[in-house]
Amino acid sequence: MAHDPSYTNQEFKVIGTRPPRPDGLDKVTGRAKFGADAFAPGQLVGLILRSPHPHAQIRKIDTSKAEKLQGVKAVITSADMPDLTNGNRNMLDILENCMARGRALYDGHAVAAVAAIDMPTARKALKLIKVGYEILPHVTDVDEAMKPDAPIVQPYVRTTGVEPKPKKASNVSQVTQFGHGDVEAGFKEADVIIEKSYKTEQTHQGYIEPHACLASVGPDGQGELWVTTQGHFAFREVCAKLLGMEVAKLKVTASEIGGGFGGKTHVWMEPVALALSRKANRPVKLVMSREEVFRSTGPTCSTSVDVKIGAKKDGTITAATATLRYQNGAFPAIWAMLGAMTSYACYNLKNVKTVGYDVLVNRPKVTAYRAPSAPMAAFAVESTIDQVAEAIGMSPIDFRIKNAAKEGTRASYGPKYGPIGIGPTLEAAKNHPHMRARLGKNQGRGMACGFWFNFGGQTCTDLNIGVDGTVTLTVGTVDVGGSRASLSLIAAEELGIAYERVKCNIADTGSLGHNDMTEGSRGTFSSGMATIFAARDVIEVLRERAAKTWEIPVEDVVWEGGQAVAKGKAHGNLTPLTLSDLAAASPNSGGPIAGHNEVVADGAGVSFASHICDIEVDPETGATKVIRYTVIQDAGKAIHPDYVEGQFQGGAVQGIGWALNEEYVYGEDGRLQNPGFLDYRIPVCSDLPYIDTQILEIPNPNHPYGIRGVGETSIVPPLAAIGNAVSNAAGVRMTHVPMSPPRILKAIKSEQAELAAG
Amino acid sequence: MSAVLVTTTINGDRTEFVCETDETLLDALRNRLGLTGSKEGCGTGDCGACSVTVDGRLVCSCLVLGVEAEGCEVNTIEGMADGDVLHPLQAKFIEHAALQCGICTPGFLMAAKVLLDKNPNPSEVEIRFALAGNLCRCTGYDKIVRAVKAAAKEVRKR
Repeated sequence: MAHDPSYTNQEFKVIGTRPPRPDGLDKVTGRAKFGADAFAPGQLVGLILRSPHPHAQIRKIDTSKAEKLQGVKAVITSADMPDLTNGNRNMLDILENCMARGRALYDGHAVAAVAAIDMPTARKALKLIKVGYEILPHVTDVDEAMKPDAPIVQPYVRTTGVEPKPKKASNVSQVTQFGHGDVEAGFKEADVIIEKSYKTEQTHQGYIEPHACLASVGPDGQGELWVTTQGHFAFREVCAKLLGMEVAKLKVTASEIGGGFGGKTHVWMEPVALALSRKANRPVKLVMSREEVFRSTGPTCSTSVDVKIGAKKDGTITAATATLRYQNGAFPAIWAMLGAMTSYACYNLKNVKTVGYDVLVNRPKVTAYRAPSAPMAAFAVESTIDQVAEAIGMSPIDFRIKNAAKEGTRASYGPKYGPIGIGPTLEAAKNHPHMRARLGKNQGRGMACGFWFNFGGQTCTDLNIGVDGTVTLTVGTVDVGGSRASLSLIAAEELGIAYERVKCNIADTGSLGHNDMTEGSRGTFSSGMATIFAARDVIEVLRERAAKTWEIPVEDVVWEGGQAVAKGKAHGNLTPLTLSDLAAASPNSGGPIAGHNEVVADGAGVSFASHICDIEVDPETGATKVIRYTVIQDAGKAIHPDYVEGQFQGGAVQGIGWALNEEYVYGEDGRLQNPGFLDYRIPVCSDLPYIDTQILEIPNPNHPYGIRGVGETSIVPPLAAIGNAVSNAAGVRMTHVPMSPPRILKAIKSEQAELAAG
Repeated sequence: MSAVLVTTTINGDRTEFVCETDETLLDALRNRLGLTGSKEGCGTGDCGACSVTVDGRLVCSCLVLGVEAEGCEVNTIEGMADGDVLHPLQAKFIEHAALQCGICTPGFLMAAKVLLDKNPNPSEVEIRFALAGNLCRCTGYDKIVRAVKAAAKEVRKR
């Protein structure tokens, strides 16, 4: 992990070390409090009634019997959550997803909710609610939903991005297009053109902690919400808006979060819990079951993608196109657009064009899932890249290296790249021992590249010096994977003190200014930036206090190695003042010593990765085994390498599950058939080898330490890397994810049949 | 409503609690006794986040009734450390960054402890299969396996 010191011109002391995380002890002893671990005096149990139909008109909801049941304190429907969104359709969609308004739009859509004194009573009450449904035709497949006679999911939706503007409702909510050059001319220059279609099935983030919250709203209009979330400030704003509350009067506290991966960036049942609490005037705890999590929260898109790539015999790609159809569930979003932006981001292309179709179906609202939309686009593009390389007789790695984007490349989605890591990760892959390891029988090797934008955003951080010289670092970005450790390292580095003297806390919404969510791989990037600036703010105060103590000009005081030092011949007799000295004197030298920073952390450096994997395929059964897996990714600067590696490994394994096993299975009836971990199979420990990692550090010039986000890119290459490996092992091109045993077996059999017919 | 008094030993302490006859041991531990270290990730025995031992046997407490704990010795994550001394597994999980979000950690530690109690020198494959009933979505299991290996080494020294 060579860091380029010429860039920041500083030698790091604690950055790059691997100390124990501050929340470690609580998490290994059961003390850490997650979403479902809070209790309030007089709390009620909340439960939600969900539609069993994928699409239905709700004629009537009779709650009278439930209301009369002993122990029931509140029953609500959409009538208790009136539309206060003032024509903001986006917000109304969120409200409608929380509670159906006249129509159930997917299997699992909330239609009513109860709060009762205990769980048995709440369960009984749910059964007493009678809903009159008129079942409507439904559509759950993305290609079916685009057909002209498909049932319309949202009658208000008119396709945007096409001319002339349509007058009729459509399931295509938007069409977006990216690229440059002339692809038709480019294809004419090509010696080889490969054109192929791909499908990926819907997957869930699969965080182990179900959504959970404890809501309390009083008749005075004040409220509190304890919730597992990736962004409590955003939750506060959305909940306040939907419920007609004042933002300042709703205090939201983020619990420890048991995994999110994008799925906890949206409100689901939190506004419902608040509405129940308001009606009952008692605290309400609402915890989802696993089945509810699968049926009604955050899956990613299923997709259908066509790719066409042309290249010259010398390996130059002359033109590339992609048409991407992504289903968004029942509410319009931008997922195909993100797919269209990321498709070719790894490459330096003269002629490129991508078109995205965002499509509505009767499935749950799609949410971000770790580098949302990029893995599916990468599956289609990177699978085709391998086929083009094969067709012109180049190795997949050399073909990628030849066409890789570099500093100054105009990205297919618009901007010109600064210093980027795609080339270095490919070179590292080429030189990795994994590339030269021998393969056994029925084994295949695959590789693929991945890209993610990364994000910065609004950030607000406090840094306070205690009277004993210890440091309280207060941030507003939820810690999803160890960021309290990395942010403490950053504060210690700036102040020149030991890591152990910093304590990082996640503030509630009443204690700090707005912070955007922990999403877009922004936690350590943006709060790290704000921590650096807040610490430098504190150093200014410390220098002033020292100058005052010594009665010398502040210009003569520098902060070095954790203490104020007087510079200049005249001050040679002055003993340096440590942080502890200055902290102890603070009550009489001007009061508390504090630093603060608020920033829109622009300039999140883009992120690239290259993955290599070996897969063994059993030709008799289609079963697969991951033999070896290597992740190479640019981190900009790894603050706490353990947690950087952890992000690489975790993302890769989520991708492995997606590639080989995980999928939402919908029946003809439009109902989800496998809403549980038994039938929706995420990878387990015995499925996997160790996941090797290699961290590269190509500094992000927009961050004082060169940090790039590291959380998401690692899930982008696996689908394609595994697809290429399985295709090489099985001798047949796989075009449908997940590559489950039946799908692989079918592909092998039809290839054999074709050869026999040959 | 048919609550029953259950007398049991939890983490070495004689404990009484009242629960419904259809109430899970997990709910009793969490909601009646405040032992929220055991987590509910699925409620169907698939994720292992609620792992505890009953008379030394590893179980998903979401699949055990509270009343079944009558007369039994139940151990949970809250009882794993010996006073202020962490079990080697707990120490190594922190040292090896074997957790990210931490929701699955109590279950993994309980399952790993049962493994090491039986077999203080497990191979990588044995560790992977012993932990196959516990789901982790953050780590890819790499650092968990390494932490268990390191903890086994410590256990063997004792």
